[in-house]
Amino acid sequence: MSQTVLTGWGRTSKALATVRTPGSEEDLLGEFSSGESVIARGLGRSYGDAAQLSGGVVLSNRKFGGISAIDASGTVSVGAGVSVNELLAISIPQGWFIPVTPGTRQVTMGGAIAADVHGKNHHVDGSFASHVRSMRLVTPIGAFTLSPSQDAELFWATMGAMGLTGFVTSLTLQMMQIETNEMLVDTERFSDLASVMEAMVIGDAGYRYSVAWVDCMARGARRGRAILTRANHATHADVERASLKGPRTWSLPVPFVAPRGLLNRWSVQAFDEFWFRSATRHEVGEAQSLASFFHPLDGVGNWNRLYGPRGFVQYQFCVPDEASETVAEVIERLSASRLASFLAVLKRFGAGNAAPLSFPQAGWTLALDLPVGSSALPGVLDDLDEMIVAARGRVYLAKDARLGAERVAVMYPRVDEFLKIKSRVDPKGQLVSDLARRLGLVGK
Amino acid sequence: MENAFGQPQNVVVFGGSSDIARALTKKLCAARAHTVILAGRSQALLDVAASEAQEYGATKTDTVLFDAEEPEHAARTVTDAFDKVGDQIDLVVIAVGLLGDQKSDEEDATSAARMMTVNVTWPVAALAEIRRQLVAQGRGRILVMSSAAAVRIRPNAYLYSGAKAGLDRLCVGLAQSLEGTGVRLQLLRPAVVRTKMTVGVAEPPFTTGANEVAENVMRGLASNDLVIWSPPILRYVFFLVRHLPTPLWRKLADR
Repeated sequence: MSQTVLTGWGRTSKALATVRTPGSEEDLLGEFSSGESVIARGLGRSYGDAAQLSGGVVLSNRKFGGISAIDASGTVSVGAGVSVNELLAISIPQGWFIPVTPGTRQVTMGGAIAADVHGKNHHVDGSFASHVRSMRLVTPIGAFTLSPSQDAELFWATMGAMGLTGFVTSLTLQMMQIETNEMLVDTERFSDLASVMEAMVIGDAGYRYSVAWVDCMARGARRGRAILTRANHATHADVERASLKGPRTWSLPVPFVAPRGLLNRWSVQAFDEFWFRSATRHEVGEAQSLASFFHPLDGVGNWNRLYGPRGFVQYQFCVPDEASETVAEVIERLSASRLASFLAVLKRFGAGNAAPLSFPQAGWTLALDLPVGSSALPGVLDDLDEMIVAARGRVYLAKDARLGAERVAVMYPRVDEFLKIKSRVDPKGQLVSDLARRLGLVGK
Repeated sequence: MENAFGQPQNVVVFGGSSDIARALTKKLCAARAHTVILAGRSQALLDVAASEAQEYGATKTDTVLFDAEEPEHAARTVTDAFDKVGDQIDLVVIAVGLLGDQKSDEEDATSAARMMTVNVTWPVAALAEIRRQLVAQGRGRILVMSSAAAVRIRPNAYLYSGAKAGLDRLCVGLAQSLEGTGVRLQLLRPAVVRTKMTVGVAEPPFTTGANEVAENVMRGLASNDLVIWSPPILRYVFFLVRHLPTPLWRKLADR
């Protein structure tokens, strides 16, 4: 038992908590029976305050390891504390890939369920939940085996619930077969937002993976210029020397926290310019490794330290297709506010799922990284919230560190239904996080 | 719960009817504050401040009466105010202070002692209880109103300036003692602020309005800096002031 200062990946909102690492379901039931408030934590990659509980108990899932043999149909049982990185290291050499991974391999399976993570293939494959066959969930009233056919209500309520229904200990995942560890990538540069969005609407169906990087700082005619990369898995026929190697495990470290203000309006703008110009104008069928296509930022460990002692916030929202102009309005608002923002990530979402708190819904999603420090930032983001609500969209709780509680029920209209299911397995309200307190997801 | 920008939801303000406290409360409510407990000396003034808070978005307000000349009751005042929140406390503001009248106070033992009681003793007594309760909670933030005048004592206002200096230095130590508890203390050092406390006082350089101070506090909450200066440039001005030779300082300060 130790008191530890925790933050999310954005390094804002520090919380002092007692961190414990239970190793069995009995340990977990013991934690719950003590009556204390608890929340689960994996590798701490959610950006805000979802996996911390200041003044309370935080339960690490890292002792729940173990990866079963992958059977012929591609199903595998894994401990919830296993990271995407650890699973891929074993599965890729056998020709299996995790069908949905977020932008980093440093998330646990439990975290992937808690955030119901999505990847660049949401328009084809949906979110992580679509590939989970079953899971074990330990709650204050006992342990459950859940699947879409066994207590489906609790199964879906747990997807995207940021750990507020209990502690996931293990799951069975349907993997996806791959022939090589290479991707065939098409890259295209666009000088404005409208043309890249049009290209995505027309052409995304031809690709399993699609993502655009949008420059939110460029002004005038170049506002919203973008680089679109789309890809499919390479087969034996596509590449000369096909191999199945797991991702490399080392990364460049950022050994200390950068000085305040290293990433400011000018340095970020220069980076955006460099990034944009270094992309090829148009390239078809370039072979890239799985790691460099899916998880480019994993090449640098602790890159969040570059934002300095004040940290940063990530703002990710989605809006339905009818409100696609909201994407342009948001970029316009950001560009006008002159806030520093790294190239934003624009994706298309396919249909959402049955989970009341899952983030993705059909349409567009945009994610922005913004350093804390500008006094205009809190107000600008509140304005964006208003625009997103008006467009019937929502922000992603796994990224959030600043949303106002009154917006949650509007963005997630099924929140009351969720709280009812939560109270069934957590009658005393012991599953609490700083995020839950901030957004009123405690059910007082 | 406070958010990534240090914007709180549950706030307690001691000295809640002061102009700076009111300006700050409004900004806090416009951001994320929904529960605001205001403590002060005058029910009428507190009621005005409370209705302002509601106008700016607070959904629950309440008031507590106390007298800063009675530090023996400070702990009870703190407990009363915290109980009225009915939830965890995110931010406690201590905006208690008395400018006094140097000319008459300096020759009257009772008045001189009162300057210390209101500006130092009451806040320190209250801080003891605030510290105890927030540390038990495992989190929270305290903002203490000091003054730029606390950095170097002004000969012609040594009672106010010196009392604030006492509180200021003590709080620097208190802030450091809180490391590792999850509780954070920040000091606000404003220049002269145009308020009802300073009506009739000639305006020295860097004088600002209460609104500007509140804005600098909002930025300071996000920065987590130990000292919040208002205006921010004072950080550098007072670095120089601190090192001025005494004869030169007296000339400047006594003008």
